[in-house]
Amino acid sequence: MSEVNKERRHLLGAGAAVAGLVVAPGVFLVTAGKGRADEEAGESGPQWGKVRWGMLVDTAKCSSGCTQCVSACDKENHLSGETLPTSSQWIRKMELTDRETGKNYSLPMMCQHCDNPPCVDVCPTGASFKRWDGIVSVDRHLCIGCRYCLMACPYKARSFVHHPVTDQNPDVPRGQGCAESCDFCKHRIDEGQIPACVEACGSTGGGALLFGDLNDPKSEISQRVATIATLQVRADLGTEPAVRYEGIL
Amino acid sequence: MSSVVFREIQSRGKGYYGILAALGVMILAGLAAAYNMETRGHIITGMNQQIVWGLPHVFAVFMIVAASGALNVASIGSVFGKSMYKPLAPLSGLLAIALLVGGLTVLMLDLGRPDRIVTVAMTHFNFTSIFALNVFLYTGFMTIVAVYLWTMMERRMNTYTKAAGVAAFIWRLLLTTGTGSIFGFLVARQLYDSALLAPTFIVMSFAYGLAIFILVLMAAYNWTGREVGDVIMMRLKKLLAIFIAAMLYFVAVYHVTNIYYAERRAVEAWLLLHGGIQTELFWLGQILAGSVLPLVILFHPKWGKSRAMIASACGLVIVGGLIQMYVTIIGGQAYPLVLFPGMKESSTFYDGVVHPYYPSSYEVFLGLGGVAIALFIVAVGIKVLRFLPESLEDHVVRAHHGEGH
Repeated sequence: MSEVNKERRHLLGAGAAVAGLVVAPGVFLVTAGKGRADEEAGESGPQWGKVRWGMLVDTAKCSSGCTQCVSACDKENHLSGETLPTSSQWIRKMELTDRETGKNYSLPMMCQHCDNPPCVDVCPTGASFKRWDGIVSVDRHLCIGCRYCLMACPYKARSFVHHPVTDQNPDVPRGQGCAESCDFCKHRIDEGQIPACVEACGSTGGGALLFGDLNDPKSEISQRVATIATLQVRADLGTEPAVRYEGIL
Repeated sequence: MSSVVFREIQSRGKGYYGILAALGVMILAGLAAAYNMETRGHIITGMNQQIVWGLPHVFAVFMIVAASGALNVASIGSVFGKSMYKPLAPLSGLLAIALLVGGLTVLMLDLGRPDRIVTVAMTHFNFTSIFALNVFLYTGFMTIVAVYLWTMMERRMNTYTKAAGVAAFIWRLLLTTGTGSIFGFLVARQLYDSALLAPTFIVMSFAYGLAIFILVLMAAYNWTGREVGDVIMMRLKKLLAIFIAAMLYFVAVYHVTNIYYAERRAVEAWLLLHGGIQTELFWLGQILAGSVLPLVILFHPKWGKSRAMIASACGLVIVGGLIQMYVTIIGGQAYPLVLFPGMKESSTFYDGVVHPYYPSSYEVFLGLGGVAIALFIVAVGIKVLRFLPESLEDHVVRAHHGEGH
């Protein structure tokens, strides 16, 4: 064998060994865990679409400076409450000023639980998903941390967990390196309760938040949105949010 | 390809192994950076909730775009029948695979959970996601180009080269459409939401890929004492100039269209006039250094004939291309989302303000590590297999081309 060929074989052999080392761990790790029940993900389940949870925000009752909803969310979901550029914020208070008239508004902004959620469309693994009751959520066992949902959400509602996560609420699993957002406190809803922010706004805030089933014509929220003018944020995008705002048209 | 002799590079000197060692160190530094990001989290990077894709994406998307462009030289030979380019086709294919591997490595190691690449990303697919489609476009590209290379390098398979070349050419158009659409499909962000991004990325790939190809060709031949003649060099340089001009055209149409939409005037005014670092990078980096200067050099009667100047033009296209990616990816995120048109917005979550970005050294090393992986693959490839023609001197090329026209 010539000197060149020997050298070539040696290099090719080394290359094959490296490739093997790269692939082997993956082969042994193929034990994909599916973290959520089928009816939660599939659109064929018997419950699909029967309920659509939604929220109505009365901006006239939401005052600038009141952050009861934010504090309640942080406490319920064990978020740090910090507002660093890297901190997760599932709900935030936005202050708005009309550029022409100067009128001010204050309102909470969170996941709008869209009927056509861009975060679900762009998620490569299906980790971003819409539940049978319209709640948009992240299966943190399927999230690979690509952050495409953060890029796609028109409401800046998604956060990426940059910081190490400690002291978790067992009902609200979070994970460093995964995306997360408001899920209407689905763990509470499944127990017949309302989201923490809505409860806090009603007890210690301005009572600006109304939560209920948009698909039930008898619910208070359905009757309100059927009779008063409400706004869906960036309705032009066709995302059809389940959160509506009144008093800001 | 009968009249052109292909041969592995013979250099066994310190220079060759020195380059391999340097690239190896860069790769290790990149892997170390990725390990830190994986174990300590993205908190150690400059990325945050506002700039969610940072420098690693700039390098990764640049390399992925350039990968499909690097294949063009082969396509021109096999698909469009320009036989002068055929001797360059194997290197073109090798470079395409190498750049794609480098880019994808960076992209994957920048994930929040890279440990789930095999267990989740390769087993769960949501086909409304352009990312999920890209998994197939990227792996398909590597497979098709590998087959294409095989048909070129194995004499018995030569009859299939044209068919494989056509498949690879169509696939590379799909691939870059997919890459451009990662951004084009983001309807909520004013600087992304545009169907023009897909064809713009294709044209960018032509320019970046060819610039890298020319530099690698020059380096490989210079360092191993082989010759590239003027015939082939002048062809390649003219082609590069055409690609740069086309890129400028697409960039101009994109911005003029945006300016025509009243709702996008504010963001365009920010980027083009008063966006600070982004404005400077756009005009000085992307437009002046990345497009205008290379065009001047390539069309200049004297500079356009100098190998050193042509190499400089290629270098400028690459640097300008990286800056173009920076402006596209970081600039597109730096401008705040507009949730309530007509309102001034503010919040604790940085609504309504332009977002700064300070990349960390981890991101720099990860990005450069990807570049090193691509170059390492090329360096080893041309040493162990017959990717390079022994000579590209004018008489060889002319003989092959039938008196070069």
